[in-house]
Amino acid sequence: MAACSVEQLLAKAEAEEAEKLNSITVKKELDLEFDIGNLLAFDKNRVEVAVFRQQKKDEFLLALARDNTQLLINEIWKQPTERVEEAIVAKLPDPVTPLPREKPPPKAKPPTKWEQFAKLKGIQKKKKTNLVWDETRVAKNEFNRLKNIARAQKGKAPGLGLTPKAQQSKDELARAVSVAKSSTASVGRFQDRLPKEKPPKNTGKKRKFEPLIGNFSNEKQKQLELLQVMDSKKPKMDITKAVNKQMREEDREEAAAKYKKGAGKRGRKGNMPGKGKGKGGKGKGGKGRAGGGGGKGRAGGGGGGGKKRSKPGKK
Amino acid sequence: MRPLTDEETKTMFEKLSKYIGENIKLLVDRPDGTYCFRLHNDRVYYMSEKILKLATNISRDKLVSVGTCFGKFTKTQKFRLHITALDFLAPYAKFKVWVKPGAEQSFLYGNHVLKSGLGRITENTNQYQGVVVYSMADVPLGFGVAAKSTQECRRVDPMAIVVFHQADVGEFIRSEDTLT
Repeated sequence: MAACSVEQLLAKAEAEEAEKLNSITVKKELDLEFDIGNLLAFDKNRVEVAVFRQQKKDEFLLALARDNTQLLINEIWKQPTERVEEAIVAKLPDPVTPLPREKPPPKAKPPTKWEQFAKLKGIQKKKKTNLVWDETRVAKNEFNRLKNIARAQKGKAPGLGLTPKAQQSKDELARAVSVAKSSTASVGRFQDRLPKEKPPKNTGKKRKFEPLIGNFSNEKQKQLELLQVMDSKKPKMDITKAVNKQMREEDREEAAAKYKKGAGKRGRKGNMPGKGKGKGGKGKGGKGRAGGGGGKGRAGGGGGGGKKRSKPGKK
Repeated sequence: MRPLTDEETKTMFEKLSKYIGENIKLLVDRPDGTYCFRLHNDRVYYMSEKILKLATNISRDKLVSVGTCFGKFTKTQKFRLHITALDFLAPYAKFKVWVKPGAEQSFLYGNHVLKSGLGRITENTNQYQGVVVYSMADVPLGFGVAAKSTQECRRVDPMAIVVFHQADVGEFIRSEDTLT
């Protein structure tokens, strides 16, 4: 019983398979021509007029269309397929049959004024490129590559130094000078400097500050030392101070003279402007001198008067 | 915040010595504790060691001021004294100028001191000497630079400038937002 049923089942499955195959295989006398790109198929087989007349026309056409569509679909799945988001998609080739376009082609734009002019003059547009092949960069890249390899192998690569160049910039020249100067046996310690030579820049030295909270007594000591140095640098003899002192002394002496003279109104008047204004000194100084010489001042304020008189004279 | 470099210390001391001469030593070496100068935001602050240590708890960008601001370094690395330093300059000032009550207000509004407003002046003051300006009641008002020596002051006409204004206590109101 069991064996029988198995045979039956197999036969049934076979029949179903055949039916399925039948539904997707279509036999034609002449093969169809396909243009897969346009999803197009041409059926060149003759239509059997007798069959067409006997059968119902709609059914016949429907069957024909189904068969041909089946062939087209078969053809499509012969194309390479791919999976796009859970859907299997066939890749269509380019269309073969040229189809007329729906609208007329766009008209050519009228040439601009420049284009007209360029055509007249025969000017052709040239593509410019600003990029220039940099030989040194290539060398540098190669050097870096080698350095990377050296680093990867934990070796030590020498520095690049200065690469020769056709046109050296100011900075490069300055660097070359500083490198050359330090390339002596004493690392440039005893190398003289040119008169107006500037100290080398970017030598990798960083300015360093004292710690915020460091040694306070040391800091204080340093500042006190600095103050001492500043103090010692001050000139011992301050010229303006000395001049001021001198002027003050003269004032005092004059005041004393005035006080002692007392009666000599004329002489006093003559003396005052003589001391105060340098300009009037000469003209009135004579008067003052005459007054002084008059006798009253000679005994008392003689020293002061003499000094005073001598000043405009020196000028 | 950081200590001043040697160069900065020198420029600052040179400026301070114009006003208080060698009395800077008394600021550096104080018997009542350790005091120091610190630079923060180009400004020099004078503070005790204790305050400095407390200030380290405040992040650099949040710290507005510590101790007393003495002045600031300009972009050309010159030092400019601020009026806030007056409390330390006034007691040690070597050269002083007293301003008459009538001229007090003018000085406090930022004007120079004229001969007419000059009450008293220290003897021996040289031209361009840094001076501390006081009111006649001995209240420090600010500081400036002597435009004339004491000797010359006696002779100039009343409208001549005697002291160039540099800073005055009126700035506490006038430039309240920039003083720290």
